[in-house]
Amino acid sequence: MSKVQNNKAWWLVLPVFLLVAFSAIIPMMTVVNYSVQDIFDQSSRYFVGADWFRQVLQDPRLHDSLLRQFIYSGCVLLIEIPLGIAIALTMPTKGRWSSLCLIVMTIPLLIPFNVVGTIWQIFGRGDIGLLGWILNDVLGISYNYAANASDAWVTVLVIDVWHWTSLVALLCYSGLRAIPDVYYQAARIDRASNWAVFRHIQLPKMKSVLLIAVMLRFMDSFMIYTEPFVLTGGGPGNSTTFLSQTLTTMALGQFDLGPAAAFSLVYFLIILLVSWVFYTAMTHSEKN
Amino acid sequence: MNKREKVSFKKLIPLWIYLLFLLVPIYWLVNMSFKTNTEILGGLTLFPRDFTLANYKVIFTDESWYSGYINSLYYVCLNMVISLSVALPAAYAFSRYRFLGDKHLFFWLLTNRMAPPAVFLLPFFQLYSSIGLFDTHIAVALAHCLFNVPLAVWILEGFMSGVPKEIDETAYIDGYSFPKFFGKIFIPLIGSGIGVTAFFCFMFSWVELLLARTLTSVNAKPIAAVMTRTVSASGIDWGVLAAAGVLTILPGMLVIWFVRNHVVKGFALGRV
Amino acid sequence: MAEIRLQQLAHSYSAHPSGPEDYAIREMTHIWEQGGAYALLGPSGCGKSTLLNIISGLLSPSEGKVMFDETVVNDMSPEERNIAQVFQFPVVYDTMTVYDNLAFPLRNQGMPEAKVKIKVHEIADVLDLQPLLKKKAKGLTADEKQKVSMGRGLVRDDVSAILFDEPLTVIDPHLKWKLRRKLKQIHEQFNITMVYVTHDQLEASTFADKIAVMYGGQIVQFGTPRELFEKPHHTFVGYFIGSPGMNLIEVKPEVGGVGFGGIHLPLSDALQQRLAATQWSTLKVGIRPEFVHVWDGPVDDAMQAEVTYVEDLGTYKILTLNLAGQLLKVRMQEDKPVPQGQAWISFPAQWLMLYADEFLLEAATQPVPAGEVPHE
Repeated sequence: MSKVQNNKAWWLVLPVFLLVAFSAIIPMMTVVNYSVQDIFDQSSRYFVGADWFRQVLQDPRLHDSLLRQFIYSGCVLLIEIPLGIAIALTMPTKGRWSSLCLIVMTIPLLIPFNVVGTIWQIFGRGDIGLLGWILNDVLGISYNYAANASDAWVTVLVIDVWHWTSLVALLCYSGLRAIPDVYYQAARIDRASNWAVFRHIQLPKMKSVLLIAVMLRFMDSFMIYTEPFVLTGGGPGNSTTFLSQTLTTMALGQFDLGPAAAFSLVYFLIILLVSWVFYTAMTHSEKN
Repeated sequence: MNKREKVSFKKLIPLWIYLLFLLVPIYWLVNMSFKTNTEILGGLTLFPRDFTLANYKVIFTDESWYSGYINSLYYVCLNMVISLSVALPAAYAFSRYRFLGDKHLFFWLLTNRMAPPAVFLLPFFQLYSSIGLFDTHIAVALAHCLFNVPLAVWILEGFMSGVPKEIDETAYIDGYSFPKFFGKIFIPLIGSGIGVTAFFCFMFSWVELLLARTLTSVNAKPIAAVMTRTVSASGIDWGVLAAAGVLTILPGMLVIWFVRNHVVKGFALGRV
Repeated sequence: MAEIRLQQLAHSYSAHPSGPEDYAIREMTHIWEQGGAYALLGPSGCGKSTLLNIISGLLSPSEGKVMFDETVVNDMSPEERNIAQVFQFPVVYDTMTVYDNLAFPLRNQGMPEAKVKIKVHEIADVLDLQPLLKKKAKGLTADEKQKVSMGRGLVRDDVSAILFDEPLTVIDPHLKWKLRRKLKQIHEQFNITMVYVTHDQLEASTFADKIAVMYGGQIVQFGTPRELFEKPHHTFVGYFIGSPGMNLIEVKPEVGGVGFGGIHLPLSDALQQRLAATQWSTLKVGIRPEFVHVWDGPVDDAMQAEVTYVEDLGTYKILTLNLAGQLLKVRMQEDKPVPQGQAWISFPAQWLMLYADEFLLEAATQPVPAGEVPHE
């Protein structure tokens, strides 16, 4: 659509700007403020410049957390994106089954994060959980997410897949629905194989929604807090402690405001950078 | 009927497996919510041997429990109303006009959706305490606006761009003032978009725990925070915990039912 | 393949059709002969796209048979029938170059790459796509994309027929005639059966050797453009073909012929007999504006009509006449004198058509021409 140049449009945008600025800029200023000060209590603060940043960027605890986080987000994307696409390809497009399918798939997305954690906490326990019982007693595989680090990792990943794959699938589904029938008809006439149809028709047309999916899943998995916390509390040891938890512990638990603030800024910057890359890619593909 | 149009049954099996995968843990939770704690800890049963509604009774009769739900519903609805009211004019501006800094503003809005809540915990805590809004519903509603408003603007803009500008121009020629045009003509046209946006605002606000817990203590305590109460000296009250969990899923299911026809388009942020 | 035969074909989109209204295609038996250039002409919603999809195999008919020579192909897919179809909206594979687009059907067949190259260049030559071969299909204009779509249909050796579903709809008018000429060229060069669906009579007449006019799910006439013009079998054909369309007047039978509003129109004996032997509920006569004879002055047997309007269109004129309350259009050459006020006209018997229940009544009992639907 051709837009009209008119700076008075700012009046329409003002409420949003003020509201979000209130929620974003003021707290951000506080964070920046803390990140350059050493705070003992309300009355004694000392300006320390970039000290906290230096400390934070060299803190091995944070490096570990960061590494863990990247691996986690990487796994999440590697599993959920192809799985979501595959499911979207098999979803029925009309009739009662279609509505039912959509509803069932949307349910996990609407469960409060702590309840998600609770569901799997119960489900996975050896004593009261169906999964725990099946794995331990029926199949003989020893499984304990509370004591075993790799069990914990796998469980946390499975929770995320359970929780969020539907989002990817629904996004891809909406992309697929937008493809006009003639493309499929032409492909049949051209004797294209199913794989060729996927590669040359479906995948290209899903590009824009896939970018949204990848961006959202990366962002949200990078910020994950509640689900792993409820399940394992970050353990055993540190094995499932991701960035948000480390930060929260530092800020609210230990009240290390200075380092926490510096870390927050670094955290935020990483996400900003990645999201800028994705956003640019998205708007480029939209323009085409 | 064209026999080639029937979907092959084999193709649907993976889908069924996936749907089952989604439903089984929830079934287990529901199952547990109808059992007594003794039965839960006694052994594994696929259906409650002693079916009981006692767990639900606890939640419906104990004020500290059901107030959690009421609080959560209250701030979520508040958030929906606020987010929609400010997002609608803004989305219209982004859809119809170019103005100074518009692209940068849009991107900045999106970055807030990507802000880690953990980063804002402490600042929010101090901010809302200092203005005396700590432990109020409005505080949580406003805090959630941080990520819901950008999303609302994004989705609504997508839907609005699907309405041709000619409709606006025709309305002005017909003598409509801007508010009248917006209310009587434009909003009905994007009805499904508004529904979808409301759905997403509900969804992200309802499920968010971190900020909601940080900004509240007693009066506006959300259900998520209440649920941690089940841990006591005598062990975890699994039955009540399960029942509480089931009750948090229900509002979500209700909302999905209402927007089921449009939810697909909304997920693509209106851009499909 | 010698012919495509539609045997007692009918199609309804509902599972249990209760009456004729439920049918998109009413029962028809029709033959398309090999190598012909045919047009399927009709207004929107008459069933032409449905019929095309049934021929190509994208749709399976609910009743009747589709036969290629002696083989029933109802359940065969388009690829099995070796049919190529070009759609209304250009379908190109965006991610591939024009070359790869054209090569796509051949590569799917497993053709060796050397042969693919030859064929692609051959078709690119015919369609003037040579300069675009290396370009990505995404950036092409609408008519270039449509040419690529056509190219994909032509590039296959074994294609038995090419079906076009209003392919020039999205093309700019000044490019349409170019593409039409191209299509005719291709037909002459390759001698493949081509069926071209359109709602534009001009397109149909320039492209096709024979036109099948569709109306209400039936093929109401199948003939050369000239046959359609001179002897419309159905009032719709009379109305749809020609500019302006045929004049149609409701009449009642009288002694010696038919009449309306005090005007008597004589009919031949044979035709009168035919009329008497036929059951009908509506009776009309039709005569094309081109065939109404205008006398220079009053003549004994001529009918007198009032000239109400004259349109001068350069090489010809259109007169609107009022004949006993009925409005008629007459088309006159530019050099003929235009009557003022009153005109004396007659309807030459060979051009005056009689329609009972919209279908043409003819005097001689001739065998029904091949491909025509039997009168109900």
